Amino acid sequence: MGTRLNVLMHDMVPKHQIMDIEEVQTLLTDYHLTMEQLLKIYHDDPIVKSIDAVPGNVVRITRKSHTAGEAEAYRLVVRRPKK
Amino acid sequence: MNEQYIETIDSYTLPETIHKLISDWLAQHEVDEEIFDRILRRLVRIHEADLPVKTHDQLITLILKKEEKGSPVTDDQFDEILKRVVNEYQSTRIEPCEAVGIIAAQSIGEPGTQMTMRTFHYAGVAEINVTLGLPRLIEIMDARREPSTPAMTIYLEDGFRDNRDRAREVSWDIEASPLHEFGDITTDMENMRVIVTLNKAVCDKRRIKVSEILERAPTKIRDRRHYRDFESEVDEQAGILRFLPKDQGSYQNLFQLVEHVRNVIVQGIDDIQRVVVRKESGEYILYTEGSNLKDVFEVEGVDTTRTRTNNISEISQVLGIEAARDAIIHEANSTLREQGIGVDVRHIMLVADMMCMDGEVKQIGRHGIAGEKESVLSRAAFEVTVNHLLDASIAHEHDELCGVTENVIVGQPIRLGTGDVRLVVKPMQPITKTGEN
Repeated sequence: MGTRLNVLMHDMVPKHQIMDIEEVQTLLTDYHLTMEQLLKIYHDDPIVKSIDAVPGNVVRITRKSHTAGEAEAYRLVVRRPKK
Repeated sequence: MNEQYIETIDSYTLPETIHKLISDWLAQHEVDEEIFDRILRRLVRIHEADLPVKTHDQLITLILKKEEKGSPVTDDQFDEILKRVVNEYQSTRIEPCEAVGIIAAQSIGEPGTQMTMRTFHYAGVAEINVTLGLPRLIEIMDARREPSTPAMTIYLEDGFRDNRDRAREVSWDIEASPLHEFGDITTDMENMRVIVTLNKAVCDKRRIKVSEILERAPTKIRDRRHYRDFESEVDEQAGILRFLPKDQGSYQNLFQLVEHVRNVIVQGIDDIQRVVVRKESGEYILYTEGSNLKDVFEVEGVDTTRTRTNNISEISQVLGIEAARDAIIHEANSTLREQGIGVDVRHIMLVADMMCMDGEVKQIGRHGIAGEKESVLSRAAFEVTVNHLLDASIAHEHDELCGVTENVIVGQPIRLGTGDVRLVVKPMQPITKTGEN
């Protein structure tokens, strides 16, 4: 029965999308960022697993915002550091 | 006619929400080319004003409503409206170099002093008590592995949510029920054994098979309760279970065994001690004491899109970091609101963003955000000063003096607000040796 749960459908989970390399490039130049400055998301995060993202991908997250209606955030997929 | 309009709109690259608003509206209304042109012109201007989604959606809906009523906004009025909205929006934006962290800390901290120390609130449901007030707020900020009173709100799927009996059935699959609720347990002192006689009627009512209980009870005592000094016999026909302690001479073992047999959980999810079914806005909702998101999601009839828990670390494990961020905002906001304290959600969002920045939920404090700062002086200023200074000197650490705390300590202007403005000189012509241009 474990297949019934689709984590992407849950109310608390915003939309996640893997970004193309070109999109990432424009994002980085637009905001004058380096890859290390992006927010992180671990490779074993349930959402990352279900959209098949791999370390190095950048995920675009479209959140429902309390203030702006909709807001975008970007997270870089990284390996979970070993304790 | 309308297809043509929609095609024209498609040729502009408008954001999804605007596009949807206008094409939905066009699908329902017949309009002249003149009116359409006017709407389109305004749409493009609203889009170019770069307003938040919520604001421009509201603006567009209002304009469309005016058109519907046949009293459209005039061009002058539209200009004025847009100008004022843009001004209002610009004035709500935070200024560059503003210390948002300090503002958030004060905005949450000051009302926090007015919160009651101990509040037990019954979550609107009799018997289920949830920690609220200051202890709960501290719990959220500390990112505790488990809250002191874990609780869930379980929504049900279609077909279950409007039927009390079916909602009750789901609750039996969730609530942890010990063996003694399913039959009589007697201690036979003479023959040194424990006899369980299952009550068939109760089992039928709770929709669990007798054979299932007979099989589950002994294995669960071994696996879950870690008690192995016994043997068991099953009489499936009569629904009888016999437990024999290994040490036939010890009454102590026998009584220990009885305790384990009485309390072994044979139906439901172990972590969920109590379930209350309640009708709210036309549907049955289950409130629980205890939380296990993963197992509850696998129970038949549970709505896996709305069910939630107050255990944030569980959410981050099952639904990911973004859901955890959402949960932190929701929990902190509702804790504050319950006390009648209005804190702007922006401050809470900033805190939640900081906590979820690196892919896992980190506490605010010396094991989390404050403890991972780059600067030695900044860390030492927070807690356990001597340890930080000692460790830093052993490790030969440097301090770049970029942050606020370090600069306050050494007495330099801080790089925030007006302190962040540097004078940059761009000479028009190369300066000659004599200093003349």
